[in-house]
Amino acid sequence: MIDKISWIVALPDLVLLVMACVIALMDLGVKTALRGKTYVLTLATLAVVAYLQAERALSGATLYGFGNMVVSDAMGNWLKCFATIAVMVTLVYARGYSAHRGMLRGGELFTLSIFALLGMSVMISGNNLLVIYMGLELLTLSSYALVALRRDNATATEAAMKYFVLGAMASGFLLYGMSMVYGATGSLDITAIFKAIASGQIRHQVLVFGLVFIVAGLAFKLGAVPFHMWIPDVYQGAPTAITLMIGGAPKLAAFAMIMRLLVEGMLPLAMDWQQMLLMLSVGSLLVGNLAAIAQTNVKRMLAFSTISQMGFVLLGIMSGVVSGDSLTFTANAYSSAMFYVITYVLTTLASFGILLLLSQEGFESEEIADLAGLNQRSPLYAGVMAVCLLSLAGIPPLVGFYAKLAVLQALVASGQAFHLGIAVFAVLMSLIGAFYYLRVIKVMYFDEPITASSVVAPLDVRVVLCINGGLVLVLGLLPGGLLALCGNAIRQMLGT
Amino acid sequence: MGLLSLAIWTPIAFGLVLLALGRDEQARAVRWLALVGAVVSFLVTLPLYAQFDTSTAAMQFVENAAWIDRFNVKYHLGVDGISLWFVLLTAFINVIVVIAGWEVITRRVNQYMAAFLILSGLMIGVFSTLDGLLFYVFFEATLIPMYLIIGIWGGPNKIYAAFKFFLYTLMGSLLMLIALIFLYTKSGGSFDLATWHALRLDSRSQTLLFFAFFAAFAVKVPMWPVHTWLPDVHVEAPTGGSAVLAAIMLKLGAYGFLRFSLPIAPDAAHEWAWLMIALSLTAVVYVGLVAMVQEDMKKLVAYSSVAHMGFVTLGFYIFIDLGMSGGLVQMIAHGFVSGAMFLSIGVLYDRVHSREIASYGGVVNTMPKFAAFSLFFAMANCGLPGTAGFVGEWMVILAAIKFNFWIGAATATALIFGAAYTLWMFKRVYLGPVVNDDVKALKDIDAREFLMLALLAAAVLWMGVYPKPFTDVMDVSVAQLLKHVAISKL
Repeated sequence: MIDKISWIVALPDLVLLVMACVIALMDLGVKTALRGKTYVLTLATLAVVAYLQAERALSGATLYGFGNMVVSDAMGNWLKCFATIAVMVTLVYARGYSAHRGMLRGGELFTLSIFALLGMSVMISGNNLLVIYMGLELLTLSSYALVALRRDNATATEAAMKYFVLGAMASGFLLYGMSMVYGATGSLDITAIFKAIASGQIRHQVLVFGLVFIVAGLAFKLGAVPFHMWIPDVYQGAPTAITLMIGGAPKLAAFAMIMRLLVEGMLPLAMDWQQMLLMLSVGSLLVGNLAAIAQTNVKRMLAFSTISQMGFVLLGIMSGVVSGDSLTFTANAYSSAMFYVITYVLTTLASFGILLLLSQEGFESEEIADLAGLNQRSPLYAGVMAVCLLSLAGIPPLVGFYAKLAVLQALVASGQAFHLGIAVFAVLMSLIGAFYYLRVIKVMYFDEPITASSVVAPLDVRVVLCINGGLVLVLGLLPGGLLALCGNAIRQMLGT
Repeated sequence: MGLLSLAIWTPIAFGLVLLALGRDEQARAVRWLALVGAVVSFLVTLPLYAQFDTSTAAMQFVENAAWIDRFNVKYHLGVDGISLWFVLLTAFINVIVVIAGWEVITRRVNQYMAAFLILSGLMIGVFSTLDGLLFYVFFEATLIPMYLIIGIWGGPNKIYAAFKFFLYTLMGSLLMLIALIFLYTKSGGSFDLATWHALRLDSRSQTLLFFAFFAAFAVKVPMWPVHTWLPDVHVEAPTGGSAVLAAIMLKLGAYGFLRFSLPIAPDAAHEWAWLMIALSLTAVVYVGLVAMVQEDMKKLVAYSSVAHMGFVTLGFYIFIDLGMSGGLVQMIAHGFVSGAMFLSIGVLYDRVHSREIASYGGVVNTMPKFAAFSLFFAMANCGLPGTAGFVGEWMVILAAIKFNFWIGAATATALIFGAAYTLWMFKRVYLGPVVNDDVKALKDIDAREFLMLALLAAAVLWMGVYPKPFTDVMDVSVAQLLKHVAISKL
């Protein structure tokens, strides 16, 4: 029996589940290459779901359902809402590209995307180790299949294989760590785990042992150094549309998972996991930025840049608690990380959107050189791409700058001289980052185009792309609203 | 909307309209619209001067609105005697640059004009903000249009220059960002400049802050030994880019010293003044000598810029009001003179496509009108009395002699070097018989070029003969700043 509250808590996810089945069935009857009906129905479903989630997020209530297995709070609902929108945008960008490459022969792209989104949603709202794990597996299994969607393409298949093997290993780590924590605390429930740890009765050693595995699993999923090597291979090997699918929205879910496990579940162990996150983030910043310089393939370059950007997210999460008393600082740190992830996804969507747009008609736009002279072919798209890259580099007045600023501020606010040093290090790493982002802008603006043909795009792609790129700029001029949203969500989660 | 907001956003709005506007087929309309935009932007800055109250050191035309609550960042604008002239100068140079690029730029005209208009708005923003983070946003944002200007319309080695420009200056500003965040934390969550000025800081923090700001501003000025990007960038940048860079962008750095380094870390500023003076003197003397041996006209003027900016920082760090006012006057004068020098080189370059001094000779025979202007600007560059160049240099030298005779004497040698390299270049390019067919075929300047040079010449002459409006505006503010810097914060 589902009681009333559980019903309310899970309504958007249930809608997703039901519609995923409906769309899968309906798709059997769709014959056209572009799968117009499936496409429209999918987008409509996602729009409704996003609306439902936003409505819940705005209501600001925290509800628990299914015997505390799932939670609906502002942070989770906003992340779910943004993830849903991100998947919608991804599908808009991906349709043309996928149709040209025979990836729409069946309707799997849409069905699997919805299932992946459902996985993310479950992951985000999980309040129980097993529920979180189930969500994660639903997401990753759908992702493996999505990467392999181009069955006849050797690189895509290889990427799917790598992704699957490494992903399965990461899941193993995570599950092992969870089982240790269960063994130590005797519960799978996040709230109960928190209480057990906070009571101080649990043997620290066992807990930390489990924690190490959990953090390693999370780092794998997030792609933090030294667990990063699958990211460039999978990003490069997967069809660009799918790269966007696995590189965009799931980052939001991964962030939520970290918050649920480390903060909600194991905040009393912060001193332990912060050390680990610090090492992960420093490594990610260093390796991600340095390796990105050497890349000639845009997708690979963006993959390494993702690694470095995730380093910044981890930096934000780790600068939360220091002495354990000031919740304002903690809330600021976590909300800065949340802001970072959201803006990162926004920017990634637009930059990959441009790559997808340029890859139409059987041509893969993968090398940096393929972007040559884009400004002459289409000043608008070159502008959108430039805005995204500069935002990723953290140049004001674009939104990426405030993301970096928020994280650095949280870091410095913790008041340790050592953290000031880390901030300087992070800043110098972003200088290196600026170099390779600028190189792409150089190619777009200063080089002569290979073909003079202008870039054509269907209306829906054009509109979404303009809004997406425009948001990177507008949120850069007025970042206050989104910052406040993240701040409120995190404060509510921390109960302050 | 306040006057300052209007001054910032008018050019940016025009720039955005231009970006949205069409292609090179409509270049004519684009140029006219750009000119209208630049002139309107200049006109809206004039009331600032007309309504400015010279009797107070307080910030005027203040606008203060909430902007980002999370960081307590305010959209806080205001100008005092130190910044007022730079707002006007920026808008003025912008008009000149649009005229200068009129026929020269034929490729992607709308983007070219838009870049300069947006750049102008951003730089006015830097000069008129009273909020640390807003300052940083404007300060950094200027890199983007300048990077594109150099990279798209620059010379053969433009890509190297564009990267060098961007990364050098970004490196400096990123360290400043850390300093800003540090101050934000120290002040209990405020980006307000006035709060920071009043903030008590221990000696170690002050030293760290001083060097973090130094990294940002010394690179921008640029001071020796971090000046090496400037000649490279000037050589490759298009004429308009060089003019804006020399006339305005370098001033952002010097201005930063006055707004941040000196008032926020006064004790560190006193402690490290010897270093600043030593570096400035090196710039004045050594870079002056380097300028003398340049074969490339743009490089020569670029090195001369470094030397002239050395006067500015020297004037600031001897802590005498005459020196500080002198530095400020020198900044404005250098804005006019170096802008004019680069535009003159541009005039020659458009015709002969060479910046080598050796490819010219006897230009006066074929371009008498132009040579007259050039002579005048050359004289201003060596600091001839009656031109803008004289006033600032003279004030700084006088102050330096008051401070320490030997430093003053060393500073004064710059006048000799300045005269030497400028006049020697003038002699080689303009005087003597016509050396080759290129020069023989030269046509004298047309009405557009005449207008552009005449405007600048009028400004240079006016400032040289009657500098009172400039010094009047800054006197009270400079005195106030020095009073503030004299009080220890320890």
